[in-house]
Amino acid sequence: MRFNIYRYNPDLDSKPYMQEYELRDIEPGMMLLAALLKLKEQDETLSFRRSCGEGVCGSDSMNINGVNGLACITPLADLREPVEIRPLPGLPVVRDLIVDMEQFYQQYREVKPYLIVKDPVPEVELPQTPEQREKLDGLYECILCACCSTACPSFWWNPDKFLGPAALLQASRFIEDSRDQALDERLENLEGPFKLFRCHTIMNCVQVCPKGLNPTKAIGNIRKKMVKNSL
Amino acid sequence: MAAIQRRKFDTLIIGAGGGGLRAALKLSDADASVAVVSKVFPTRSHTVAAQGGMNAALANVLPDNWHWHMFDTIKGSDYLGDQDAIEYMCRAAPKAVYELEHFGVPFSRLDNGKIYQRPFGGQSQNFGGDQAARTCAAADRTGHAILHSLYQQNIRARTHFFDEYFSVDLLKNDEGHVLGALIFNIHDGQPIIIEAKTTLLATGGAGQLYRTTTNAMINTGDGLGMALRAGVPLQDMEFFQFHPTGIAGRGMLITEGARGEGGYLVNGDGERLMERYAPKAKDLASRDVVSRAIATEIREGRGCGPNKDYVMLKLDHLGEAVIQKRLPGIRQTCMTFLGIDPAEAAIPVFPTAHYTMGGIPTNRNGQVVMPVKDTPEEVIEGLYAAGECACVSVHGANRLGGNSLLDILVFGRAAANHIIDYLKENRYHRSMDEASVNKAMARFQRWDKKAEDGGESVSALRDELKAVMEQHCGVFRNDEVLKEGVQKIEQLAERLKEATIGDHSDTFNTARVEALELENLMACGLATMHSACARRESRGAHSRIDYPERDDKNWMRHSLYSFESGLDYKPVRTKPVSVDSFPPKPRVY
Repeated sequence: MRFNIYRYNPDLDSKPYMQEYELRDIEPGMMLLAALLKLKEQDETLSFRRSCGEGVCGSDSMNINGVNGLACITPLADLREPVEIRPLPGLPVVRDLIVDMEQFYQQYREVKPYLIVKDPVPEVELPQTPEQREKLDGLYECILCACCSTACPSFWWNPDKFLGPAALLQASRFIEDSRDQALDERLENLEGPFKLFRCHTIMNCVQVCPKGLNPTKAIGNIRKKMVKNSL
Repeated sequence: MAAIQRRKFDTLIIGAGGGGLRAALKLSDADASVAVVSKVFPTRSHTVAAQGGMNAALANVLPDNWHWHMFDTIKGSDYLGDQDAIEYMCRAAPKAVYELEHFGVPFSRLDNGKIYQRPFGGQSQNFGGDQAARTCAAADRTGHAILHSLYQQNIRARTHFFDEYFSVDLLKNDEGHVLGALIFNIHDGQPIIIEAKTTLLATGGAGQLYRTTTNAMINTGDGLGMALRAGVPLQDMEFFQFHPTGIAGRGMLITEGARGEGGYLVNGDGERLMERYAPKAKDLASRDVVSRAIATEIREGRGCGPNKDYVMLKLDHLGEAVIQKRLPGIRQTCMTFLGIDPAEAAIPVFPTAHYTMGGIPTNRNGQVVMPVKDTPEEVIEGLYAAGECACVSVHGANRLGGNSLLDILVFGRAAANHIIDYLKENRYHRSMDEASVNKAMARFQRWDKKAEDGGESVSALRDELKAVMEQHCGVFRNDEVLKEGVQKIEQLAERLKEATIGDHSDTFNTARVEALELENLMACGLATMHSACARRESRGAHSRIDYPERDDKNWMRHSLYSFESGLDYKPVRTKPVSVDSFPPKPRVY
């Protein structure tokens, strides 16, 4: 199987280039990560992040044949040759397939992604009905892989002002949590023309999310809450 | 070379999984200055992969009591667990869960609004009676929910993170005080000395020792390697848990919660195989018991598939609604990796390397202890360990499912509490020991050696190590196989000294990281194989075909392996804090 992989090492290269690789012995059911690991055995300088190998840690996100995804849950059988692999778009490249994710994490921190409870907490659990808890399904499962934000044109154009789908999904996760007591501040924090409202419902985020989550819908729900809250 | 950058903190925490982050949060909220150093961004840590849940006797579903939890944990440990630490953990469990809930963990809920709890293996009511339901769960993504919530709370507490920095070695002075660590920034390859009054190792286990493993690629026993090189022995390393239900041939974990929800194992003849091995608890017997049962079925020719080399885990009778609600994560994993929907078809499973019961010996404050002269448990000033890298020991010879998330949270917190007190009495940094810095730098720079010198590659040696561990230190062991394993692994360790890498760049050099990781893994392999070879009995996860019985007279003691003095032993702490001791009994499920 043939691969075309983006290479750039700032210590050695004046500019990025695409390198061709070939791999024999493709086993049935093999994922892209397994192929990359085999290529790394041939060429130790090929650099990428990886850890859990089963789509829960979010390390090995990359652009695969033009679409963002996780290498460890992308079957080779689904990929057209030569498989073109690039770093996630829109973020500075550190080396090869490794991007600098600081801006993405900064956006995440900006939405105050933690439960805020102002009343004294009980000595047991805060009660929550199964129905209230169900509202968090589709929100809390995010693995911060950045596939969505780096597929979003609004993020590419205004990464410093628009928070991007991943951070907004997190905002929604706390806005929807029946235990949280900071709704007004959370909604106020998202006001203005950019932070949330730069979302033009292009829905690239939904298409690429490896966990099947729907940030566009979450953003829509936040908008509804804003309207309701302002009445 | 320019002078190495130096940073000073009250506490250095190495590792940003659940144990490290729980400790960091406690310390940050107590206004200690904390540096958390992690080789990956915190939410990539392996806690994220924990599925089924966390044990605590909340009695939300069935009657329960911390004392019953304590009994189950001691029995599960095959009486090798330390009963004071186990009592402490089981008593602290409900509070640990409620704290997490207040931090925002989205636990699944019961109709009355309380936290959902499911049955797990080895749990009983009333000291060995009916099945209990003690495992608090967020669907089958409990680890993810906990890790993310803890990281989020640390953002609130403004903990100082060193993300994607690799810890090379502990720094220590001649009196044996630990002074911090030498780390380097993976992004630019620059070393930094972190000076700290207290250092907490929370680096997780060494599941990458085995070829087929449920563990992430980052689980390379880094803290265990650092401890051994600092002269600290590793305890009970022969006890390595094989999880009964990894996906056959691939290793992805299928949570014990699948059996807790009503799933069961069948062999090639279509029989419910666990009825033969654990008539009462059946599929919810302890993990060592279930793993041995599966391995025995296969050895005796009753496996499934064309090569009869796995058994099936059946869930389809539970119905799609239950599977989607309670086990959505493993459903996704099965569909991705097997093209099988467990709501329709059974899952092929095989015992898979999962958990390092052994580790860095600590007391129940998380302080690292080692034998000095006649004292078996002398405290090493300034050094702490918590979680899978530590050995308190609450898991003994076999860990119960649902007790590892509990372990990291209870002892991460306990270590932080002790550190807070220690800092009050130790207000100043001790002066740095430059010899120790030079030694750590030598280890770091050793990989600058060029491949032209003809060294073997790191990946080839790593593959050999995993093969040796699999063939010589698996579910069943015997003297001949282990002795050969010791020889092979000693040779591999020698060869690793001459290995070289083909990348000498400073920018995000993953080849160098993998080389340093393999050194740690090799150290863990040596400790595991040597300890296993020496222990001539069967206890918990350590099954010797040549010594099939537990031998309490000679072997109810902890192994200690160090580079300096090989194997040593110390007694099990059989005296709990406040209740009567549970004396060893035959272990029947």
